[in-house]
Amino acid sequence: MKFSEAYEPVIGLEVHAQLLTESKAFCGCTTKFGNEPNTNVCPICLGMPGVLPVLNKNVVEFVIRMGLATNCRIAPRSIFARKNYFYPDLPKGYQISQYEEPICTGGYVEIDLEDGTRKKIGLTRIHMEEDAGKSIHDQDAQTLMDINRCGGPLIEIVSEPDVRSPREAYLYLYKIRQIVTYLGICDGNMEEGSLRCDANVSVRKKGETSFGTKTEVKNMNSFRNVERAIEFEMNRQLRMLEDGEAVVQETLLWDADKNAAYPMRSKEEAHDYRYFPDPDLVPVLVDEPWIERVKSNLPEHPTTRRDRFISEYSLPWYDANILCEERGIADFFEAEISHLHKDDGAKQKEKIKLVANWVMTSVLRELGQRKIRIEDFSLPTGRLASMIELQVDGTISSRISKELWDEMLESNEDPKVIIEKKGLAQVSDEGAIEKIVNEVLEKNKLQVEKFLSGSERVFGFFVGEVMKATKGKANPTLVNSILKRRLSETVLSK
Amino acid sequence: MSVTVKDVEHVAKLARLEFSETEKEVLTHELNEILGYIEKLNELDTTNVEPLSHVIELSNVVRDDVVRQSASAEEMLQNAPDRTEKFFRVPKVIGER
Repeated sequence: MKFSEAYEPVIGLEVHAQLLTESKAFCGCTTKFGNEPNTNVCPICLGMPGVLPVLNKNVVEFVIRMGLATNCRIAPRSIFARKNYFYPDLPKGYQISQYEEPICTGGYVEIDLEDGTRKKIGLTRIHMEEDAGKSIHDQDAQTLMDINRCGGPLIEIVSEPDVRSPREAYLYLYKIRQIVTYLGICDGNMEEGSLRCDANVSVRKKGETSFGTKTEVKNMNSFRNVERAIEFEMNRQLRMLEDGEAVVQETLLWDADKNAAYPMRSKEEAHDYRYFPDPDLVPVLVDEPWIERVKSNLPEHPTTRRDRFISEYSLPWYDANILCEERGIADFFEAEISHLHKDDGAKQKEKIKLVANWVMTSVLRELGQRKIRIEDFSLPTGRLASMIELQVDGTISSRISKELWDEMLESNEDPKVIIEKKGLAQVSDEGAIEKIVNEVLEKNKLQVEKFLSGSERVFGFFVGEVMKATKGKANPTLVNSILKRRLSETVLSK
Repeated sequence: MSVTVKDVEHVAKLARLEFSETEKEVLTHELNEILGYIEKLNELDTTNVEPLSHVIELSNVVRDDVVRQSASAEEMLQNAPDRTEKFFRVPKVIGER
């Protein structure tokens, strides 16, 4: 057995999510991203002496939403603490955070493993805190500071050390992102830093219950990087143990370009945060009515919604999973479904599956190509549904629906209007099709001979020719049956 | 509990402060005096007393999530010991915190 096979990684994740509030956590400055440096700044977030921070109510609302969506206990009383450290991105010299009495404790999220099973990842806590400013190192011989982001609202989601592989870490982070975006409390963008993830990694012999020495890996700005960085760190620790070395507790920074993590050059002393309750901020009391109100306004949980898509719409797990990945996509899908005419079971299922297929392929492709979000997709609600109806009732062929779709996106017109204008309706007139079939057979005598001498592949050629002659509008079922009949008649007449 | 010169050096370093040896001696002495005074509290029996985090009996002091006009960048930058046109300028910081 390979050395590494006797070991398992033990991983805990700390995720910071930037909350989508209008104003900062403790002052009225805007949280808008991309403004001129140091323009979203006031004496409070700049830490001037004598100012008094006041908590933004929505920060509490948002963290309760997250706590409820992840099965946490919401503390009836929680307090803020000062986390003291000296660094220029934090002008006050301390970060307002929560330490001893965080607002959410003891929840879990469920991840879907590749083998189809679900696994619970425990949450130690979720707490509120403020963001730091941005240091710029490369524009000046010295360091430049932009304080705009400082004081912005964050929640920190701390997992139990329940994660057992880099893949599970990826899936966990994915689920967290899905939940915060469903809740509308964070945009979930890792590349822009709205969602950040640090990983605590250690390894131990399988079967052991105690933990090995852990290291912390930071600076991973994509899902893929989180997976790769943990993979790297896990293997590095395994090699050390195999060589009889001891793992040193330290913080490492992931370098995506070099595909490696390097120890951070800092003094251990910096980790002495001397937390104490912040006297400027009074306790936050959350009573049952408040929790109930937030609970009743929670959107459907993405996992619940996916399971409902499977049972209510008879969709395969794969489809339901893709459709529920983003709340906007799932909303779009369900809005279209609601515009379908109500038909009997089998037919309705067929139409729903067609809508699902269309969303998963054409809609997602369109969004990708235009680099837009579903919320910015201009197609009026119900258009896709009416197109599917037209396809199912035989007005248009499935081949024409692709042309109709492009036309719909282009002109934004109703599909029926487009069909009328462009003459896209399917030709189901048997006489007309038979006439074209005859012409095709007449023109391609050589191919007819081939077919009659046993080359069945030529059949497809005939279908293609008929379609070409009708610009794709001939009803394919009719084309097939008429062709078959005419060809067999030709055999008989020989 | 007693404070040593080492403790003073540690706390000073965390606060990025520098002291002369004499100052360190004085501070060690003063901190010990303060702690000795506070030590008196240990005489109280607090077995059944909840830890107190705030002396004022207020809770849920919150504000609505409304943007208020920030101060002007110029006004905010004018107190800075060092600056560029738009940024605060600080000594080069390498590594992370």
